[in-house]
Amino acid sequence: MNIAIIKYNAGNICSVDYALRRFGISPVITSDPEEIGRADKVIFPGVGHAGATMQHLRRLGLDRTIRSLRQPVLGICLGMQLMCRYSSEGDADCLGIFDVDVERFAPRSHADKVPHMGWSLLQDVKTELFDREIEGRHVYFVHSYYVPLNPHTAAVACHIHPFSAALGKDNFYATQFHPEKSGGTGERILQNFLHI
Amino acid sequence: MPAKRIIPCLDVMDGRTVKGVRFVDLREAGDPVELGAKYSREGADELVYLDITASHEGRKTFAELVRKVAARLNIPFTVGGGINELADVDRLLNAGADKVSINSAALRRPELIDEVAGNYGAQVCVVAIDAGCEADGHWRCYLNGGRIPTERGLFEWASEAQSRGAGEILFTSMNHDGVRTGYANEALARLASALSIPVIASGGAGAMEHFRDAFSCGEAEAALAAGVFHFGDIAIKELKQYLHNEGIYVRL
Repeated sequence: MNIAIIKYNAGNICSVDYALRRFGISPVITSDPEEIGRADKVIFPGVGHAGATMQHLRRLGLDRTIRSLRQPVLGICLGMQLMCRYSSEGDADCLGIFDVDVERFAPRSHADKVPHMGWSLLQDVKTELFDREIEGRHVYFVHSYYVPLNPHTAAVACHIHPFSAALGKDNFYATQFHPEKSGGTGERILQNFLHI
Repeated sequence: MPAKRIIPCLDVMDGRTVKGVRFVDLREAGDPVELGAKYSREGADELVYLDITASHEGRKTFAELVRKVAARLNIPFTVGGGINELADVDRLLNAGADKVSINSAALRRPELIDEVAGNYGAQVCVVAIDAGCEADGHWRCYLNGGRIPTERGLFEWASEAQSRGAGEILFTSMNHDGVRTGYANEALARLASALSIPVIASGGAGAMEHFRDAFSCGEAEAALAAGVFHFGDIAIKELKQYLHNEGIYVRL
């Protein structure tokens, strides 16, 4: 299977690469639109700042590439947020694949820590990314911005309030958490993506 | 709210794991990659690898180790020790670390926090603080693994680190470290209520109830320990079951 990891200034590219290599898969890590277009599956990782990253993607012409993909695409963390319409992080217009805006967590008391950092439960899981085994399992999150619940929500987690832990629409899948850092549960989710 | 995290800390010297007792004595505790994988299997939520090598050659060895850890482990890990500038951060993140922990370098030049957070995001920026409580109750920050006192107070410095962009505070109480009589819960609770970012408790774990107290009384988001795990005094699986039974929310 030919897996492309989209290469740009994102922080977790090598972690995703390592995770796939643990399955015996050697992905191509590329920012070449043609090479990305040819892949059977595409992973769009992301750790960083939404505004700065969108500018970078536009410079590389990758915004158009990602929108036009027809094969299964998995956005991870910031990758998922960039697939939304708009992010308040850096007042950034994003890719608009999911018709929803990204907001910042607002703590209600000192017990509400931001970033949301750590392991939280997945609930109400939908789409091929998940299976029944995954409902109620913990996965690893690190983020200060979140996607509210919306018609594309494919899994729910709770921090301060419920939010979208995953999204799904047509060939586009996305997780706010890091499957590559979520132990056995995360590996299962990545495997599910590879089997779509 | 996420589950309370249990974080084994591996002090690494020249490719081996060691644990400092009261920052001075060192005892060896196994291969760092294997030990990390074992902790991950047993339910550790994260790992911290601290480079306590002083030499330049040792630093390169550490970056190699980070690469091996990243290739092997499927849980997050933080690396620290000897990070002085942005180039060090870049090297370690590129090797596959999820977060970096900066300590003395941030005290010497607080702008380093702004730079790390600005370039890589607050989520990678853990500010580690070694502090000791004095007779009058004042918590003083120390440099160089607790060897050099500074004019900084713990609470003031932690707040500044947060406002400069730290994503987490890793607070080690020098009074409690290696003594195994529990964490500095009062200071932890004060930090937790003063800060909006997560606080990791460090220093003092000797029994399972110490973890419980760090979470309940100390309101810590995570608890770090080394010796009790390395020498098998506490098994992580049993610890998490114990915490669950005590009403602490953990990932089982």
